[in-house]
Amino acid sequence: MTATVEADRAVVDSVSPVRFHQVGKAFGSGRLTVVALEGVDLEVAVGEFVCLLGASGCGKTTLLNLVAGLDQPTSGRIELSSSRPAVVFQEAALMPWLTAAGNVELPLRMAGVPKARRRAKAAELLELVRLAGLGDKRPHELSGGMRQRVALARALASTTDNTGSGAGKPSLLLMDEPFSALDAITRDVLQGELLRIWRATGTAILFVTHDVREAVRLGQRVVLLSSRPGRVVRQWDVDQLPEAEAVDEINTELRRVISSHAAA
Amino acid sequence: MPQLDLQEEGSVEAGLDALDTPVHSSEGSLARRIAARVLPPIGAIALLVAVWQALWAAAFWPEFKLPAPLAVWDQIWQLVTSGEILELFWVSVHRAVIGFALSLLIAVPLGLAIANIRVVRRGIGPLVSGLQSLPSVAWVPAAILWFGLNDRAIYWVVLLGAVPSIANGLVSGLDQVPPILPRVGKALGAGRLSGIRYILLPAALPGFLGGLKQGWAFSWRSLMAAELIATSPDLGQGLGQFLHNGMSLSDISMVFAGILLIFVVGVGIELLVFRPLENSVLRARGLNVTAR
Repeated sequence: MTATVEADRAVVDSVSPVRFHQVGKAFGSGRLTVVALEGVDLEVAVGEFVCLLGASGCGKTTLLNLVAGLDQPTSGRIELSSSRPAVVFQEAALMPWLTAAGNVELPLRMAGVPKARRRAKAAELLELVRLAGLGDKRPHELSGGMRQRVALARALASTTDNTGSGAGKPSLLLMDEPFSALDAITRDVLQGELLRIWRATGTAILFVTHDVREAVRLGQRVVLLSSRPGRVVRQWDVDQLPEAEAVDEINTELRRVISSHAAA
Repeated sequence: MPQLDLQEEGSVEAGLDALDTPVHSSEGSLARRIAARVLPPIGAIALLVAVWQALWAAAFWPEFKLPAPLAVWDQIWQLVTSGEILELFWVSVHRAVIGFALSLLIAVPLGLAIANIRVVRRGIGPLVSGLQSLPSVAWVPAAILWFGLNDRAIYWVVLLGAVPSIANGLVSGLDQVPPILPRVGKALGAGRLSGIRYILLPAALPGFLGGLKQGWAFSWRSLMAAELIATSPDLGQGLGQFLHNGMSLSDISMVFAGILLIFVVGVGIELLVFRPLENSVLRARGLNVTAR
């Protein structure tokens, strides 16, 4: 078993940070089973920005949890060739007893990185999210948007350990509706920031959202999931389409998927 | 989308940050803040003493039941000038501190076990909670029969008073950790042990401190009860024994002095040690403590 996994990894190393093979996930057992995901095939290429789109209950978050290793699939398998994926949740969920810099350093501290290197790395990442000089602020002294940027810097810190087994592998950033709790102006600015950071770091991003506009603006590819069970319905290479047209088309399809549930 | 100038986008963001950053209002000068905090309790004490003095002056109760405030003060002053007060404090406080430290050593692993292991929680969780509501003074007779009239009997009573409340404080602190934090910790690469060390324990600290505070109050109470009942020349003279002597001598001013000193030590340690500790922890996390 281990041998085959290793072999798979060797092959996909140069191909993609994550690849799903007929992945399914069910919760509960017997008659109470809820199937969250069924037969999902999906691949994210190196440096690619993929948006997962779907109505509530489509298992977007479940899917992300599977990639993050917070949960195990009940069928199929996930090939992960990236170093540990970085995760940004809907809430910033910063540790309230640590400063902004302390939060960014946390994953490095748990990985045993020496203090001086930790400091330097945290300062560099805070600079990347335009929070240089605010490292000694506590989470409650920051606005929602700033907190979410600290969370992004912290997530990036958890994936960019170039010392261990992850060295040189394509990195992967998982984002679970990271901007949905923010006001519209902040969301707009942070979407721009995320695109800038994506270009600057070259990381692949798997971004979960229920906002069609957001998906079209950010992603190179938009993947639409159906609900209960979540399956891949359709994909669009939105880079090739005019923005307004893509939004219309995806909206129409999303409505069709949702209204199919009314009949059932 | 028109490509925004990088510089410009940065300045939009900086402006947004400046607008969104929460503002904290200061509440006047340090002297005024201290006065606002210290004056009300001093006023309350002064009022209490005034009522006491008036009741005594009206001879509402006979002198052997209600002493004059001045007579009680004389008792205390005599203890101070003779240096006897140092012995009283030393005997009682060092016992309470040792008892509290022992309780801590036992309660922390116990609390961690209850919070993290389901069988342990179901098994001893209710027992520990129940022990918390059992007055530990109930253990004095048993402790004296088991250990005799010595320090071990006293520590036994203190432990049974303090351990349950410290352990329960730790358990409720751990239970109140928002579930998102350990999840985030796991996503950031925390293992089982590093998750406990870097995420769970610091997150549980406010609840744990509450438990410590209560544990101190319980250990001080239990100690006084034990000292009051278990009196023996071998045990030295603590505040509880002083109180007991006052009763034996039918000296009401001595009894009042004893009560007052026990109160002062209990409150003093809470105010000097636990309150500042708790406030600094809460303030660092942005939990509002200005109302306290």
